[in-house]
Amino acid sequence: MYEQIAANKRKTILLLLVAVVLLGAVGYAIGIMYGTGPGGLVVAVVIALLLQLGAYSYGDRLVLASARAREVSLEEQPRLHNIVEGLAIAAGVPKPRVWVVPEQAPNAFATGRDPEHSHVAVTQGLLDIMDRVELEGVIGHEMSHVLDRDILYGTIVATVIGAIVLISEFFMRAWWWGGIGGRRRDSQNGGGIELALFAIGLVLVVLAPLFGQLIQLAVSRNREYLADAQGAMLTRYPPGLISALEKIRDAPHAMRSANNATAHLWLDQPSRVPGQETGRMERLFSTHPPIDERIKRLREM
Amino acid sequence: MAPVGIVLGVVVLVVLYGVFAFNRLVSLRNRVDNGWSQIDVQLRRRYDLIPNLVETVKGYAAHERELFEHVAEARAKATGAQGVEQQAQAENVITAGLRSLFAVAENYPELKANQNFLALQEELSGTESKIAYARQFYNDEVAKLNTAIQKFPASIVANMFRFQPRPFFEIEEPARGPVQVDL
Repeated sequence: MYEQIAANKRKTILLLLVAVVLLGAVGYAIGIMYGTGPGGLVVAVVIALLLQLGAYSYGDRLVLASARAREVSLEEQPRLHNIVEGLAIAAGVPKPRVWVVPEQAPNAFATGRDPEHSHVAVTQGLLDIMDRVELEGVIGHEMSHVLDRDILYGTIVATVIGAIVLISEFFMRAWWWGGIGGRRRDSQNGGGIELALFAIGLVLVVLAPLFGQLIQLAVSRNREYLADAQGAMLTRYPPGLISALEKIRDAPHAMRSANNATAHLWLDQPSRVPGQETGRMERLFSTHPPIDERIKRLREM
Repeated sequence: MAPVGIVLGVVVLVVLYGVFAFNRLVSLRNRVDNGWSQIDVQLRRRYDLIPNLVETVKGYAAHERELFEHVAEARAKATGAQGVEQQAQAENVITAGLRSLFAVAENYPELKANQNFLALQEELSGTESKIAYARQFYNDEVAKLNTAIQKFPASIVANMFRFQPRPFFEIEEPARGPVQVDL
């Protein structure tokens, strides 16, 4: 577990560096496309640094807001609060704040900076269909994300990747529609190099979101298995989580707001369509391991 | 001069190790104390809830006097308990008493529909599972501390500074709710 925490810290720093480089490259490419030269690089790096500071301090807020989560009081949701507090005690961390997401699909996520500033959010659908032991299983899974500092890494990934996708999409469209004062290159001065740079720029703009996606994938799948196992250890009762996962698998609702940037934070992949087999291609790009595989591994514990 | 240097070096290493082992033992002991205070908080919460519960049930099932007295007595005993083992024993009696109180409540449909009773029931089962989790945390930390105290060579340091192994907090495992799992 301590190795996991250390690895998460290392990865967070690495991710932040990669994001600066990536955003810098995108900025550089955009600068060339618009003929403003390396100025774009400087602007992009400054934006990247500001973004990361923002992601660290406000990332949890952003993630919660994008899920339209609402904080609930102890009086409103005594059962949920009691379970969260119980598992926080079991994990030896302070009690996270408790949020509810107005969605019919059963799902949950955790976010925050560290165990002292953490949040656990569950959907209304989850509260409606799960009994106490199943909820404990789910919250145990989320609590181990809190305990292992997965939440900081996951939250920063969500914010930074969201921003990368947003920025490159913005410029792709601006360029496509010839918007914001697009000074197209005049072909007199050495078109060859310009064209090559332009091509590289284009490739970068196209690839950046894909890179982001890949980072997100690297985050997710193994730590879901790990959090399943650790969560089951916290509750000392794997059947609770198993039965919760089965209910999630069989639930008839899909998430209405399946947001790509936050997909890896959720307990189960938000984009999963109920009752549909996941194809091989889809499995390659999914942020979560197949739910049946997770159930199988829990049964083997 | 060289032998003196070597001896000095060894002494420094031994002292460094001693400091390291001592600090580790202290932080383990603090974690055990912290774990115990977590249990204590939840136990106290339960003592506070019991009179409320008894009053509520009394309103519907006044003739179950014996049971009420039994629970009240168990509570009084538990609040006065000294030490981990005695506390654990007293808690077992309380848990059993509460369980039969809730079993009795099953026979009174109006009681089961009472909002106050339902809220108390959630509070008590929530507190009970928090006790279980706090106990789990405490026992894990006790196991770590006791192992660290017994292991050589840290055991020498532990002996020197009188680190004592701590008792586990053992109570009957509360029954989990029914879960359907097809295997």
